[in-house]
This record gives sequence, C-alpha cells and structure tokens, in this order.
Amino acid sequence: MIDKVYATPDDALHDVPDGASIMFGGFVSAGTPSNLILALQRRGTKGITGIANNIGLGDLLDVLCEERQLAKFIATFAIRASGTRASRFEEQYRRHEVELELVPQGTFVERIRAGGAGLGGVLTRTGLGTVVQEGKQVLDVGGAEYLLELPLRADFALIKAYRADRLGNLQYRYSGRNFNPVMATAADVVIAEVEEIVETGEIDPEDVGTPGVYVDRIVRCDPVPVRWEG
Amino acid sequence: MGQGLTRELIALRVARELRDGMVVNLGIGLPTLVSNFLPPAAEILLQAENGILGYGPIKDEDFDPDLINAGGQPVTLLPGASFFDSAASFAMIRGGHVDVAVLGGLEVSERGDLANWYLPDRGGGSIGGAMDLACGARRLIVAMTHTARGGRPRVRTQCEYPLTARAAVDLIVTDLAVIEVHSDGLVLTEVAPGIDPDYVQSQTEPALRRAPSLREMDL
Repeated sequence: MIDKVYATPDDALHDVPDGASIMFGGFVSAGTPSNLILALQRRGTKGITGIANNIGLGDLLDVLCEERQLAKFIATFAIRASGTRASRFEEQYRRHEVELELVPQGTFVERIRAGGAGLGGVLTRTGLGTVVQEGKQVLDVGGAEYLLELPLRADFALIKAYRADRLGNLQYRYSGRNFNPVMATAADVVIAEVEEIVETGEIDPEDVGTPGVYVDRIVRCDPVPVRWEG
Repeated sequence: MGQGLTRELIALRVARELRDGMVVNLGIGLPTLVSNFLPPAAEILLQAENGILGYGPIKDEDFDPDLINAGGQPVTLLPGASFFDSAASFAMIRGGHVDVAVLGGLEVSERGDLANWYLPDRGGGSIGGAMDLACGARRLIVAMTHTARGGRPRVRTQCEYPLTARAAVDLIVTDLAVIEVHSDGLVLTEVAPGIDPDYVQSQTEPALRRAPSLREMDL
C-alpha cells in the first residue's frame, strides 16, 4: 500500500542535509508552507540554497535568517520598495552574508517548469536589454531575439496544498496554487504540507491539482495564522 | 499655473483607457488605484499574476491568506473568476493574452524604454512580474509623477536606471500630461487642467511633439 503520510513536519524533513537546495512554494501569504519552514528552522540546516518567489514579504522565510541558514537565495522579490521595513534577509544581503539571484517572475516559473519537464531550457524575450541578459545566450528565432534561460531543479521542494490523500494527490484552494504545482515537478524529494488528509477517492479526480506521482511526503498541519501586512 | 493631478486623478485618467471586455493587469502602488475608477458599465477582467483572473474590490474583513492579489492584498472574486498556477499566469502574460498592463515608473525614455524595478535610493530592488508584464502585455501604460523629488524629469532621452524592458511603453500618464510613445518620438496629447504645454516640455528631457488634437484632460 502506498502511504506517503508523515506524522510531523519535523519527521518529513528528517534527511535534509546541510548545503541542500530547497524550493518553497507560495506567493506572499498564499500557499506558503509555513509549518515546513518553521520545522526547517528548528532543524537548523545550514548552507541552504533557497528558491522561492519572495522572501521577507508576508511569508515566514525570513526566520531562516535568524541563525543564518541561507547561503544563497533565488527569488523574484526580496528587497522592498520601502527601507523602513527591511527584512533580516535584506540586512544579511547588504552585509554580503547571503547571495541573491534575482529572476523575473515569469522566467523563474518557466525555469522550474523546464527543470521538472525534462526540458533543456526556455527561450523568452523577458529580460532582453536588461541586467537579466548578462552572461546569457541570445538566440534568433524567426528574426526575433530570445534569451536562453536554463532549467532550475532542487534537492527538495516544500509546498503547500489544501487537501491530500495518502497517494499524494493534492487539491489547491484559491490563489494558493501559484508556484506549488510547478515546484512539485522539479525536486528530487517533494514534501507537501496540507490542512486535511482525506481517504483516497474523496478528492474528485477533476479537482486534483498535483497528481500524486510528483509528491513523496505529506504532512497535515493546522495553518499558521498570517496577517496582511498591507 | 495649475497644480497637476493627485495620484487618484492619475489613476482616474488611466482608467479612461480601459474598455469593455479587456483583460487588465494593474501593478503595485499607483496602478492599484485604477481599480477604484473602472468604467461601471464595462466588464473588465483584472488579472493578478499570482493566479487570478476576474478579481474584485479589496476586502477588509475575514482575511483569507489564500485569496490575495499580486500586491498581497485580500481581494473579492467577481462572478466568472478563475484560478491558475504561476506558469499558466505568465503564459497568459507573455503570450499576449493580457490587453493592458498598467505599471508604475521611475523613468521612461523617448523610445519607450522603462526603468521601474531598481530603486537608486535603496541601492536595490525587486523585479517581480514587471519585466514579463512590460514585455508581454499588448499595451503598456505607465502611470507616474512627471518629475522625481528635486524636479528631476522622469521622461528622459535615455533611462539612467537599470531597465525593466526596452521599447515597451505605449502611453505615459502623469500628474501633468498624457504622452504617447511613437516609433519616431513622444507626442503630447493631453495636459492636466490649468497646465501649460510649455511647462510640460520644461519638465521633460526630450522634445515633445504636440498632437494637433492636444487638449486639456477630461476628468
């Protein structure tokens, strides 16, 4: 029998080594695997390369800066427009204690999609003529220029869904899907935090947002309350 | 000499560009205000790049962390709304399925280059969805104040700050004027009430051609 259910978020992260690359699903407060992030903080894993849309912006990822667990972060949004609410991450970035690779959001998700789909990269016009182009190959397709963006994978993906069954089928809710279904395809070990685990068959096949084949571990957790920061 | 438009009136003027049936993405900051002035009779679908098409007004109570727009604000849903993941969202954006994007700006060049992600005061910034929206939307409207603090013109011969996209802007709406970006330069089409076209030119680095139809904004 297939059973991917783990008892606690700490158990689900039992083999995450120092130096691991880890994707985190979520967009600000939506679809953020907060319990897994807090478990990773407790675990004290160091030298992490983190990959997430945002850090220090209504997510809990900034807690990983308390004990300097991050070596590098790949994100689309990490520095706020206002300096009065600088995150710990920003402070460490400015002290050169953590590296930041800033990626346009559409390119970020397509690189992850390519990584999970067995593709050698994607061609996009986004970033042409900007700093994003630096060091990248430009290809001509039908008379138009495109940037070659390379695939992105990770050792682990920590994602969040609304419901799961023991096979790992995931159902999302509202704008909680965002990067979660894409990241679920692009890591060696995919760990999903969900609000409810139901019997197989209870999630209508029409409603499965991520088929269980992509998911290795599931853990049920009460959502961590987050507030809108405005 | 007039005062120039408030942020709300800039947003109102931008909203006049939107038509029934359009799919529109509003950026963070001033562009978000445009949602307060959508033409009431028109059915306009607002796209949020975090994966919603058809969101409605900002919601003040019962905050649901899973129901937010791209600015992280809690939103309502209009009948006919849909959800999708970020890959589908940016396919929508880059694939030309979004009719209009409204973004804030720090600088726009006379070729329509946009600089809006890197904040020189902060020595950094975030790209978010801005580069994809600037490249992918069928029409790009930039809403901003005409000059920065200290009177530095934001409409420039060349952008000095790091670019968001090259030759991407179609229309500039500021507190002083409406300016169209044409392949051969900038055309002044409207001025804010009480603002003299010569004054607009004095606050703008490149030369503006005056449209034969140049008029005061109808607000």
